[in-house]
Amino acid sequence: MMNVQPNTPETIAIEEGNLPVNEKVFLKKLLKNKLAAIGLAVTILMILVAIFAPFIATHPPNEMNVGNSLKPIGADGHFLGTDNYGRDLFSRLVYGARISLIVGVSAVLFGAILGTFLGLISGYFGGKLDSIIMRTMDGLFAFPFILLAITLMTVLGQGLVNVIIAIGIANIPGFARIVRGQVLSVKEEEYIEVTHSLGATHSRILFQHVLPNCLAPLIVYGTMSVAGAIISEAALSFLGLGVQPPTASWGSILKDGKDFLVLNPQMATFSGLAILITVLGINLFGDGLRDALDPKMRV
Amino acid sequence: MSENLLSIEDLDVEFRSSSSTVKAVNGVNLTLKKKETLGIVGESGSGKSVTATALMQLIPSPPGKISNGKILFNGIDLLTLSKKEMRSIRGNEIAMIFQDPMTSLNPVFTVGNQIIEAIRQHKKISKKEARLEAIAMLKTVGIPEPEKRIDMYPHEFSGGMRQRAMIAIALSCNPKLLIADEPTTALDVTVQAQILELMKDLQQTNDTAIIMITHDLGVVWEMCDNIIVMYAGTTVESGSVETIFKNPLHPYTWGLLESQITTDVQHNEKLPAIPGSPPDLRKPVLGCPFVDRCPYSEEVCHTKKPEYIEVEPGHFAACHFQHETSRLEKKEGMFVD
Amino acid sequence: MGKYIIKRLFDLLPTVFVVAVIVFIITRLIPGNPAAVMLGPTASVEDIEKLTTQLGLDQPLYKQFLDYLLGLLQGDFGTSLSYNQPVAQLIMERFPNTVILALAALVIALLIGIPAGMISAARQNSALDYGVMLVSLLGVSMPIFWLGVMLVLFFSVNLGWFPATGMGTLDDGLLSYIKHLILPSITLATIPMATFARITRSSMLEVISQEYIKTARAKGVAEFWVISKHVLKNALTPILTVLGMQISMLLGGAVLTETIFSWPGMGRLIVDAIDKRDFVVVQGTVLFIAIIFVLVNLLVDILYKVVNPRVNYESSKGGGQ
Repeated sequence: MMNVQPNTPETIAIEEGNLPVNEKVFLKKLLKNKLAAIGLAVTILMILVAIFAPFIATHPPNEMNVGNSLKPIGADGHFLGTDNYGRDLFSRLVYGARISLIVGVSAVLFGAILGTFLGLISGYFGGKLDSIIMRTMDGLFAFPFILLAITLMTVLGQGLVNVIIAIGIANIPGFARIVRGQVLSVKEEEYIEVTHSLGATHSRILFQHVLPNCLAPLIVYGTMSVAGAIISEAALSFLGLGVQPPTASWGSILKDGKDFLVLNPQMATFSGLAILITVLGINLFGDGLRDALDPKMRV
Repeated sequence: MSENLLSIEDLDVEFRSSSSTVKAVNGVNLTLKKKETLGIVGESGSGKSVTATALMQLIPSPPGKISNGKILFNGIDLLTLSKKEMRSIRGNEIAMIFQDPMTSLNPVFTVGNQIIEAIRQHKKISKKEARLEAIAMLKTVGIPEPEKRIDMYPHEFSGGMRQRAMIAIALSCNPKLLIADEPTTALDVTVQAQILELMKDLQQTNDTAIIMITHDLGVVWEMCDNIIVMYAGTTVESGSVETIFKNPLHPYTWGLLESQITTDVQHNEKLPAIPGSPPDLRKPVLGCPFVDRCPYSEEVCHTKKPEYIEVEPGHFAACHFQHETSRLEKKEGMFVD
Repeated sequence: MGKYIIKRLFDLLPTVFVVAVIVFIITRLIPGNPAAVMLGPTASVEDIEKLTTQLGLDQPLYKQFLDYLLGLLQGDFGTSLSYNQPVAQLIMERFPNTVILALAALVIALLIGIPAGMISAARQNSALDYGVMLVSLLGVSMPIFWLGVMLVLFFSVNLGWFPATGMGTLDDGLLSYIKHLILPSITLATIPMATFARITRSSMLEVISQEYIKTARAKGVAEFWVISKHVLKNALTPILTVLGMQISMLLGGAVLTETIFSWPGMGRLIVDAIDKRDFVVVQGTVLFIAIIFVLVNLLVDILYKVVNPRVNYESSKGGGQ
């Protein structure tokens, strides 16, 4: 977010050589960025909450008690009150972190692996294969992200795995484009030709030489995409197209909360806050990553 | 004093960041008479461009700040002027052209648009009149078919033509002072000569004083009346071109002259090597800033800052040993036959 | 210019074709017989068979696809079962409402986002800059369906300033119309607004350090004009690129926003159709939105030329984007 300033004293008065990019410098740069450090801390906190959900939650997340529904904050040992089925809101939010992170990470991995593969072969081999793949990616790009996911969910039906697949597919074209762009620029480098003339196989060149060059932008884009995927999962669940009830998901809690805004505003409020804080944390961290790894990338 | 068009006294410019403060300019003194041409020479980072930028009050602030000194232009201290008053001087009384004509024109506006903007900034005339003036200006700087060229974008111009267009912008309001920051460095040798010739001609017809910032001593010899040598943010020597070339007093000036005479520097971006590098301006300099690279340094150079004194009429230098003729003999007459 | 536009329109044909193929394939992914799914578990075998024939699902796949394409070429997006209306007609009834919502959001986003980014860049590293950047990061991280719900909770439920749902008609007066529009358009504007602020800031910072900006200042041009004329016009190209992408966000976000505020647009149409298992409507509407998006991006490409004289169209190749 905070770009490198063009007019620092150092750049004006002192000619600095290119710093060697090593891990130490990178880490230093990343942690010096306070906002990125905060983002990382929030992200790690959310991961810990997801992993240790059973220990953090005060109640079983799906335990219903209709007689005890829509209780306010602090009632009967319910830290944040109860939802319309009398389930403990806090515990459901804690378990919701699991769904968000599982979907966020898996969907992006799904999209990244397929997208990277398509981008690699498309950029590397070029020709007809390239135009077929990239035309398809252009076509997929023509759908607003969430709309593509919605359409896929309508067809696939509710369920955790289907959510991952739907959001994963919607993620493919972005990764394919980035990787293809990188491949095209790496391909021009001389050493690739030399390696080729030495008789290296295509897969060796691709995986040993081309792919490592794509890593920096992939990591940055991937991090940002996890944030996007978490929002998309919540959006799908909000529309009733996400994970199956009674599984706790922040989006579905928000969907229920929307109907009880007056009686119990904390359902909608806290589920959304959980999404916002997690996504903000990941985005802060992603911004820092970008500035440290690849300052030329935009928003 | 009153005949001076410009005089800069004890100018300090610093750049601050959270971790350090860089004294990019540290005690610069210079004077310039009407119609005179002054050359400022020095390595990159010596503060010559910062001095010029400070003179225009275009130092980006923050992080930059003019922390001390006076800039008297026609007897008025520019540093006391309001932003608005300063704007009426910029481009009108003092104009500036930059090193790289490829990047100093705005790519999304036509050349004409940019000249007209400069004219209308300071003269209350209609767009039509300004356009006619702009065409005349393009003609003056030697651009063929100015009626057609005026509506072209910078990317449709060659490097030399762009620098001509820059000069047209700079001279459109008949400034009394033109600051040229490495105006020919980015150009081909033949074009360089043409641009210098053009500047000379225009200077004579318009009675403009010029500050020529350069690392190319050939350009200085060609164009300038006086010269100022800058090192690590301060003026180390100044005088008429003849004096400096014939009788340089500061070891850094010797180094400069020597390296330029012995190597072809036409295409070098930086000055040829004098062993070592300038001091870190983030730290206060105790003694002579050149001490680490000076082959003649002695104890005193490390501890005491040399004063900038008038050695002979019009010839200033900042060196503890400027009177030691034994050293000067070695150098005398080496550079100018 | 005219030639270029025509050429680009032809370039779009393959993309539109691919889009149609994708929509076709997705609808064929429905497990089992779509007709059975659409009619629900209570349907009789006869009804299912009837619908199967009506939808052409008993035909070979290539025949189905050809019929589908031929239909599209004639503007036939199929016929909705639940609404008993041609899908094209349904879309045309609701599309203007979505356009109004999206345009209102876009105007808000541009009018606030770009100046915010400009101020941020002009005052780089000031408290104001950090403030704008923090808020805009909050904006791009915002789950807008939550923001919408919160706005309803606060401004409709608690304060009662704005209606919580529905779209006003001009018959009730302009004020009512605008009141209905405010919460949904702010909700939908949030992400584009924040994105514009970020991209404006970063591309302006890139331009501000350029030499020609120094030239402009050296001419005596006032800082306000340096920023809003010299810097902004150069920074517009990346802003335009983002604009193209944000149109996509707006169309997608409209689905969520319209659901929250019961806005009678295409997003609402899709969500309703999903509830009713009316795949024909989903398929048609999604395809329509994708085509609109492709066309809007063509418009953005043309704007590039206006903004940036260096863009050379002879060499630029058309892509879907």
